[in-house]
Order: sequence, then structure tokens, then C-alpha cells
Amino acid sequence: MPLLQTDAVTIRFGGLTAVSEFTLSMEPHELVGLIGPNGAGKTTIFNMLTGVYKPSEGEIQIAGTPTRHLKTPQIAALGVARTFQNIRLFKELNVLDNVKIGGHMHNRYSVATAFLHTAHFGQREEAAEREALDLLKIFDLHARAHDLARNLSYGDQRRLEIARALAARPKLLLLDEPAAGLNTGETIELMEKIHEIRDRFGLAILLIEHNMELVMGICERILVLNFGRTIAEGTADEVRGNPVVIEAYLGEPAEAAAL
Amino acid sequence: MQEFLQNLLNGVAVGAIYALIALGYTMVYGILKLINFAHGDIFMLGSFTGFYAGGWAAAHLNGRAGTWMSWLVAGAVMLLAMTVCGLFGYLNERIAYRPLRHAPRIASLITAIGVSFFLEYGGQFVFGPDPKFFPTLVKKHLIRVDGIVTTNYQVLVLIVAVIFMAILQFIIYGTKFGRAMRAVSFNFETASLMGVPTDRIISMTFIIGSVLAAVAGILYGLSYPKIDPLMGILPGLKAFIAAVLGGIGNVPGAVVGGLVIGIIESFVGASQFSSFRDAIAFVILIVILLFRPSGLFGKYEPEKV
Amino acid sequence: MKQLPWWIRDAISAAIFVSALIGLSYGLEAIPIQGIAYYNRIIVLMGINITLAVSLNIINGHAGQFSLGHAGFMAIGAYFAAFLTVDYFSPWVNRIPEGPAQWLAQNGLLLLAVLSGGTLAAIAGFIVGQPSLRLRGDYLAIVTLGFGEIIRVVILNIDTVGAARGFIGIPAWSNFFWVYFFCGLTIALSWRLVNSSVGRAFLSVREDEIAAEAMGVDTTKYKVEAFVIGSFLAGVAGGLFAHYTPAYLNPTMFTFIRSFEIMAMVVLGGLGSISGAVVAAIILTFLPEGLRAAKDMLHMSKDPRMVIYSVMLVVLMLTRPQGLFGRREIWQLLRRKKS
Repeated sequence: MPLLQTDAVTIRFGGLTAVSEFTLSMEPHELVGLIGPNGAGKTTIFNMLTGVYKPSEGEIQIAGTPTRHLKTPQIAALGVARTFQNIRLFKELNVLDNVKIGGHMHNRYSVATAFLHTAHFGQREEAAEREALDLLKIFDLHARAHDLARNLSYGDQRRLEIARALAARPKLLLLDEPAAGLNTGETIELMEKIHEIRDRFGLAILLIEHNMELVMGICERILVLNFGRTIAEGTADEVRGNPVVIEAYLGEPAEAAAL
Repeated sequence: MQEFLQNLLNGVAVGAIYALIALGYTMVYGILKLINFAHGDIFMLGSFTGFYAGGWAAAHLNGRAGTWMSWLVAGAVMLLAMTVCGLFGYLNERIAYRPLRHAPRIASLITAIGVSFFLEYGGQFVFGPDPKFFPTLVKKHLIRVDGIVTTNYQVLVLIVAVIFMAILQFIIYGTKFGRAMRAVSFNFETASLMGVPTDRIISMTFIIGSVLAAVAGILYGLSYPKIDPLMGILPGLKAFIAAVLGGIGNVPGAVVGGLVIGIIESFVGASQFSSFRDAIAFVILIVILLFRPSGLFGKYEPEKV
Repeated sequence: MKQLPWWIRDAISAAIFVSALIGLSYGLEAIPIQGIAYYNRIIVLMGINITLAVSLNIINGHAGQFSLGHAGFMAIGAYFAAFLTVDYFSPWVNRIPEGPAQWLAQNGLLLLAVLSGGTLAAIAGFIVGQPSLRLRGDYLAIVTLGFGEIIRVVILNIDTVGAARGFIGIPAWSNFFWVYFFCGLTIALSWRLVNSSVGRAFLSVREDEIAAEAMGVDTTKYKVEAFVIGSFLAGVAGGLFAHYTPAYLNPTMFTFIRSFEIMAMVVLGGLGSISGAVVAAIILTFLPEGLRAAKDMLHMSKDPRMVIYSVMLVVLMLTRPQGLFGRREIWQLLRRKKS
């Protein structure tokens, strides 16, 4: 049973068909890339996978469970976590709290427990703190645990978002443009980190990216979208030479050159 | 049937007043996404301007006025009220709202409530909390048609309201300024990048809304002569609900909303539930927001993720 | 201390707290200043205001939901608790001869009445919380305002509790101890909540609902939970208020102005700051008293309180919208100054 299965998923907003017949199957531990010009529908697909939008047609299944009628938190409970294109951190909270909230599903308890400070409370809080710090160490952010999220540098904020998503203990991690705004050095670090977390946590990762070095460098399989349709699918080499793909990118010279 | 038409007419007359106030709410919300809580109190200021100006005029005319003279005075009083309210509306935006344009929502909300209370309780302080009696600017006649009784006031309200709504319609759809207003309400940043003087447009929007509220204040004072500094609270809230009912940001919607609320209130007031007449508007609000938050004519705008 | 089991730790804290309260309540009454009763009264009302402000802070400050109808919850708690005591508990207690038995019965039944009032208010909070699931910001504020008004109008029409005439004959069983007992409980609850997974969930809803949901936070449940907890505490405050001399209720005590006053406390203190809400409640309880004295001194005929309130709020929003402490607590700000 594949970890993620989407069948001919389509979504329309009024008269606009944003995504058309998107079909993807992912096994655990796979690293798949989703690329395409701006507006191709990539983030919309993420939004459908996480329950923010409901598809007009088609089925999505996570580990065999259909998600059409599930709300976002329920889908998260199935093991799907994500980062956002425009960084959605909890800005007024500190770094540690951001990650702790990421782990909310695994370290929560009732109001009564919180009020009475029972032994259970103590255990859960200690566990939450420990897990959060461990995740922050992976990204070298533990020194800044008590800083406010909004005071972090852009690159640190992007990494914090990934740490937060990992706290949810996902089986499938969706990364939306994780390298946006990073320089070459940071991008290489990110590529290594992605490999590291995939191996360490046994994740399947689906990522959206415009940075061709990253995508071609780490993705085992790549899907290319244009105007909501999948126009190509294959390994990095297959996609790179595909004339349909190159034409779709002709309006984007930097990326076309990188292909 | 008679009673039905009578209630309908009464409802339309009060609804027209609500509509005039609702237009101010809807225009400001359309442009700034802000609920101008103080708008109902601008309406109150209009009434009070009419009270003082009309009183002064009456004292100086000493009953010597003929019919056309009293119409002239009434017109002058209305113009004065429009000026005063326009000024207050402008100052309100300039002093209290503009600095908070980029602040979190709740700051503007609280400021708006603060200005509203300031006008209400300041009004009590300055004018005295006791109700005053609005001067009879124009002599009241009863008009009987087919067993339905109306006054020339109600006819006046309808005519004046229609005139001003028509003027507004022309401004918004027939002038360059109106086009600029619509542009700003669609997308603030783009409009300013396109060279639209957004600050001026916003000021004008507040002024226009306040002018309409002033007209409503005068008409209300004529129709329901007992006025007091807190009189703007309930009509203000009802007019806001009317704007939401019509689809907040939607100009014709505000008019329809105002009429609908006025009519429903009129019928409820005539029925056995009359003690709940003031609460019915809130019930309508909760029902709309739960079932059709974009109102009758609005569009649902989903948040971009 | 940390090694002891949790319930012993809690019990010790509670015992210390209760003893301190008992000591204070006797001490305050015994101070040989003329007119001490007047000041005691203000101090007790301050305790009720603190409870109201801290409870509203849970909804507005922690969970980020605009609630402008808090007075409605207070009213429900006040009227229901008073109804229970006047119609059922008081007659029963009066039949018991004076002595420790009666004292026990009186206090026990006060507790029961107040908690029942709080529970009914919590149910109202549950209902009022439902729109929060679909509405944001300004709209939610208006709806909660509407609910507050509806509650008041409904009470205005219930004859059993005096309707517009007001509710008299309520036994004055409430005192410094009970008011500050629940005040302390409210602060403790709010503090422990915000530093727990529940509080973090509230904060995540406030900060970014969409991101919170993506992390598996059930925003629906937590929004409603915030309303229920906040309204329960407001109802308790109402019940205590109803039974405090002069133990009289009137729907005009629970208009939007009251909601606004409570909100002003939370905003002045800083939305999200518990200590801020406490400090602001203290300031805004004494301010009207100071204004009243000034009014008498200056021989003004009308009460300028509301005008000053509103100007203060507007000026505050224009100059320091984050209030006194912003989202932090007072000790966090002091700590930062030291380093």
C-alpha cells in the first residue's frame, strides 16, 4: 500500500481549473520533487493534500485512508506535516514553543491536568521540551531556543519551520520551496539536511522547488507541472532533457538554463 | 391589506434612513476593511446640528416664515449639518484611523469604539444627557391615501433619500473619482501603485459617508423629534447590520439591507413580539453571519494560503 | 519541593494561599482608619474586576478571539446564582439556628450557587463560541457584542429575577475571602494553562490558525474551550458580585459598556499578559474612584469617566497599542532590563 496515493485529482475555483487530473503515488522513504513555472498549481496540490482545499474531483489517500472528508488536523494526525511557501511561523512565540506546538499531537493533555500539574503533566512537558531541543540541535538552532521566532534570520526561520514540522512525527513531509531565498552555501547545507532527516526519521518527502540544483541534486523522482497538468515525470536526467519541460520553462530563462 | 401597506410604508421610511447610514459603513469597510463604530454617532451629530441650527433659525425668524422660507431654512440647516458631519468624519479618519492603518486589526477596532464612546459621552457632557426636541423645520401635514395615513415627513424622507442615493450612484459609477474609489476598494496597494491618491480617496469616502449620515440625522430628527446624545447607538448598529445583510462593501446592497431591516422591524413592531423589535436586528445579524456571511450581494473571499 | 507528589505540592500551595487570604480578610477589616469599609469595598470590587479581566484575557489575549460580550457571561452567572440563593438556598439556611452549622451551610451553598452560575455561563460561552469557528476579527466582535446584548434583553424580560426593576433580596454572603479565593484561582488557572500544551494550542490559534491546523492542533476545540473557560470564570465573578453588598442586580449593570470596561483593562495591560490584566484592572478600578473625587472637588455636575476612558483608549492605541506589558509578563520585562 503506497504511503500517498492521489488519483486524477482536479480542483476548480470558479471558472479556473487550477489543477487537473493530478496523479501521484509515493512509497515510504521516497524523495520526490514537484516543479513547474509559477502558478502551475504546486502549492494548491499541497493545500489539497493537507485538507486546506477540497478537490473538485479525484481521490487522495494517505496510507490507504481517504482524506476527502477529513479536516487539516485529522490529516496531520495521519502523518502528514508541511512547511509553507511564505513561512508561517508563530511569530510572537519563541523558537522552542514553535517546535513544541509542532509536537502538539503527541504531547497534549487536558485542562484539568494542566491546572493541577499532575505527574502526567510533568512527564509530558519534559518529553515535549526534550524532543523539541533534540530537533533544534539537528538544525543548530538550540542556542536560540528562547528567542522570538520573528527575530530569527530568514534562513533560520526556514529551518525552524522544518524542525517544527518534524516535531509532528510525520511519515510524509511536504516542503514548500524550502530553499527560497537561500544562498548557494545554505542551499547545499539544506540538501544535506534533507537527506539526513529523511534517513534518520524514515520519512517520505515531497518538495516543491524552483531551485534546480537542489531538485536535480536530491530528488529521486520529479514531476513537472504546467497550468495544473503534469507534463512530465521521471528521474532528474529524464526530466532535464525533456523538450516539453524545456518549452514550459522558456519563459523562465534562469531555470531553463539550469535544466 | 391596509395594515400591511401601512406597515410596509412605515418600514420603508425608517429603512431609508438606515440605508443612508449603512452606505457610510459599507463604503468605509469596502476601502479599509474597517468597521467604523463611530459612524452612528456622526449621525447623532447631524441631528444635534440640526437641533441647534434649527432652533437658532426658529428663534430669529419668530414664526414669521412662510412655507418657502421654511423650506429654505430647512435646506440650509441640512447643508450645515452635512458640513459639520463631513468635517468630523474627515477628522476622525485623519486623527484616529490613518495612523493605525498598518497596525493589527484589534487596535483599529478599539480605537473606533473609543471614538464612538467619546462622541456619545462627550455629547452627553456638552449637550446634556436629557433628550431634546428637534425643531419643526417644516410644518407637518398628514396625507391620507386610500385609508393609509402618512405624513409629508415620510414622503420627504423617501424623496431626499432617493435623491442622495442617486447622487452617490452617479459619483461612484459615473465619475473618475468614483472609479478611483472602486479601484482602492478592490486592491489598495495596486491602486496606489497606479497613482491613485489613496489618502485623498479615503478621506473623501469618509466625508461622503458622513454627509449621508448627516442627511439621515436631519430626516430622523424630523420624523422622531426626541433626540439625545446616545441616539446613534441603536440606529448605527442596525445600519451596520443592514450593510452586512446587503454584503458589506456593496453599495446597492447597503440600500437593500437598510430597507429590509426597516420593513422587518416595522412588521415585528406591529406584531405581538413588539418588545423584541430592537433585538430582531441582532438575530438577523447572527443568522446572516452563520449562514451567508458574504451577505445578499457579496462574494466570499477565501484566504490565500 | 519538587520531589513531593503533585497533589501534595498543590495542597500545600492551596493551604498557604487560603491562610494568607484569611489573614488578610481579618486584617483589612481591623485597620483603624475611618471609612475603612469604603476602601474594603473597593478592594473587593477590584478583585472581581481582576477575575473578569484575567478571564477575558484567556479568550482575547491567549486564544486571540475578539469577544465583546463578556458582561453577558457575568450577568448569567450573577443572575443564576442569585436566583438559586434567593429562591432555594437562603430560605433553607435561614431555618438553621445560628452557629457553625449555619456558617458551613451558608458558605457551602454560596459556593454551589456561584459554581452553578459559572456553569450556566460556560454553557452560554459554548454557544457564543460557535460563531468563532467561522468568523474572524471585526465580525466576531460584532456577533459577540450582539450576544451580550441579547442576553441582557432576555434577562430584562424575566420577571422572576426582577426584570427591569432589578433583583433585590439577595443574601450578602460574598466577602473578601471568596472573591480573592476565586481571583487567585483564576490567575493560577490562567498561568498554568498558558504554560501548558493547552495554552500553547491557544497561542498557536492566535498566531496562525492555518499553521496550527497543519500541526494537528484542533483549532475548533481550542477556540470553544477558550470561550468556555473564560465565560465560566466570568460567571463565577458575576455570582460573587451578586452576593456582595449591596447585593443588588439590575440589567443596566451588564450593558456593552461593562464589556467595554473589561476589555479596556485587558487592552491596557497588554493583550495576552496575565500580569498586565491584573495591573490594569487595579488601575481601572481605582481610576473611577479618583475621578469621582476629582469631580466633587471641581464641582462638575456630570461624570466624565466615560469620556476620559474613551480618550485614554484612543490615545493608548495611537501611542502604545501593545498596552503596558505587550504580550509578556511583568517579570519577563524586568528580567530583560537587568540583562
